[in-house]
Amino acid sequence: MMKNHFGKLFVMAILVFFAGSLMYSCGESQKPAEPAKKAEAPAPKAMEPIKIGVAGPHSGDLASYGIPTVKAAELVVEKINGKCGVNGRKIKLIIEDDVCKPEVATNTATKVVGEGVHAVIGHICSGATKAALGIYKESKIAAISPSATNPALTQSGDYPNFFRTIASDDAQAKLEVDFALDVLKLKNIAVLHDKGDYGKGLAEFAKSFLEKDSRAKVVLYEGITPGAVDYSAVVQKIKRSNAEAVIFGGYHPEASKIVAQMRKKKMDTIFISDDGVKDDTFIKVAGKYAEGVYATGPMDTSSNPMAIEAIAAHKKKYGSDPGAFFLNAYAATLALLNAIDKSCSTDYDDIVNALRTEFVATPLGILRFDERGDAIGVGFSIYQVQNGVYVEIK
Amino acid sequence: MEYFLELFLSGLIRGSIYALIALGYTMVYGIIELINFAHGEIYMIGAFTALIVASVLTMLGWNQIAIILLASVVAVIYSSAYGYTVEKIAYQPLRGAPRLSALISAIGMSLFLQNYVLLAQTSDFMPFPSLIPEFKFMESYEHIISSPEIVILATTTLVMIFLAFLIKFTRMGKAMRATAQDREMAMLVGVDVDRIISFTFIIGSATAALGGVLIASHIGQINFYIGFLAGIKAFVAAVLGGIGSIPGAVVGSLVLGWTESFFTGYVSSDYEDVFAFLFLVFILIFRPSGIMGRAETEKV
Repeated sequence: MMKNHFGKLFVMAILVFFAGSLMYSCGESQKPAEPAKKAEAPAPKAMEPIKIGVAGPHSGDLASYGIPTVKAAELVVEKINGKCGVNGRKIKLIIEDDVCKPEVATNTATKVVGEGVHAVIGHICSGATKAALGIYKESKIAAISPSATNPALTQSGDYPNFFRTIASDDAQAKLEVDFALDVLKLKNIAVLHDKGDYGKGLAEFAKSFLEKDSRAKVVLYEGITPGAVDYSAVVQKIKRSNAEAVIFGGYHPEASKIVAQMRKKKMDTIFISDDGVKDDTFIKVAGKYAEGVYATGPMDTSSNPMAIEAIAAHKKKYGSDPGAFFLNAYAATLALLNAIDKSCSTDYDDIVNALRTEFVATPLGILRFDERGDAIGVGFSIYQVQNGVYVEIK
Repeated sequence: MEYFLELFLSGLIRGSIYALIALGYTMVYGIIELINFAHGEIYMIGAFTALIVASVLTMLGWNQIAIILLASVVAVIYSSAYGYTVEKIAYQPLRGAPRLSALISAIGMSLFLQNYVLLAQTSDFMPFPSLIPEFKFMESYEHIISSPEIVILATTTLVMIFLAFLIKFTRMGKAMRATAQDREMAMLVGVDVDRIISFTFIIGSATAALGGVLIASHIGQINFYIGFLAGIKAFVAAVLGGIGSIPGAVVGSLVLGWTESFFTGYVSSDYEDVFAFLFLVFILIFRPSGIMGRAETEKV
């Protein structure tokens, strides 16, 4: 408890400090950032360079989310310009700061559009991205975000110009539901959660996906009390609901108790859970009862040669490990340039079409985008406990 | 009807889990009117001790009955030593001090023991082997009530009878009751009050440790924090039943267990705790000293 308070005070102190420093540096931060100049490589006279906007927080307290994307874009562009560009044209980056604020992001977007960019990498924060997307849409410019996870950005259908190389917040729930319906072909499903932000959020998504689909119905939707001595009453309720499977949103201590109690009551109800359960502690604690449990978890990219190469290039140039969303941004830049290359065009329709149809090899794996703009091949996989270890199910 | 019975049983089991911890709570309160917040921690230490002993014995290849007996005995002895020491260090020096001082000391002791186990062990959950064997004759009833649950029910009943007997019919019990009524007067008639209080703590800790072994074995996982959560519920149960009363602790625990179980079963587990505590408030409005408690004027 104390630690929490200190944490809050600390964050507030930092916010106050940055708010103060922003007032002084407002005029300054509007200048084009330095890296933009580097990209102004001498272009062939006949060929105008392709202009790509990079927008995100590059100053302020959330700069650490935005800077790695700038670095990723620079590394990719440096590499491609070092060869002979895309379609013989060099790439020029237009880097603009939105400090992660929606009200600033609209200005940023207007400015980037004014520079005549052909596409944008960004923005970083979901709120700022949403604010900027309307402007890009009117100007017919495609935007690829490496980090905006808000589900509505793609699902609302309002932004056909939006793409992202990160899984949306509801991706795990979607994957769980798809797996239950398509692979396991279940009819009756109970959805449980631990009342926490993470668990309840996932459970609500799972419930809404199940309700939209006519193949299965939610027979039970319940929040359990974390840390309770036993869950036998809830387990009885699951049994009575005749659910074939439980989708649980939450963490492993509760999951292992529920699974163990179900198995002790001789119930073979399938158990499907999330990242919070895809943890070796779950297997250790639940022991033999863990067998057969499904859980979603991030795809493993650590062995991808492109990821290894990208990280090595970052270390070489900047002397440090890359920051947040670096690989997502690297993938976004590659995907965008690939789309321009394959379509031999910088027109909006051609780029968007190519993004949706052309596969591209990235550090996150080989991917393309679906019609809503979410990357296919990025995000989560289903794992199952088999002989005491989580095994990825392809 | 079958569903009702199942909920009844799960409430009964949950209630006896609470009762196993609440008994020690209420006994200590009955004798020295101290809410011993460290009681939940003693329960947790009992579970950890049993885990260590059981792991070692399993490696040596002992049979299951021997393991649970020896693990329980070691846990009970070790936890009793803790209970005794806690009393000597944290409560005895404050015997003449205002009651709030002892209460704060108890909370301090609880935090100290929690953090001690956190540092000495780990913050992760640890698997606890199911020590209680599956009885042969229970096989056909396993889906209704399992062997560990039967053992917990039986142990709770036995511990309750034992404590009631101890207090009602033995010399030691008589001295305990005398101490509870009036400490100074008891001293004047030759009761060694310090010894009686130490004894109370030892018995209380022993029941907590026994609870720790059985409950951890039933749930299958422990960490340093289980004592706090279980302690709060057991405390509530003890207050509900009338703190200081041995049968009251069991009645209170069962009422709490059933309330939670039926509410979860027929309404929703989302508001299980809300409802359980609302019910507690409701009972205390009409019976301020709990279901089985005697009305006494208190000066807290």
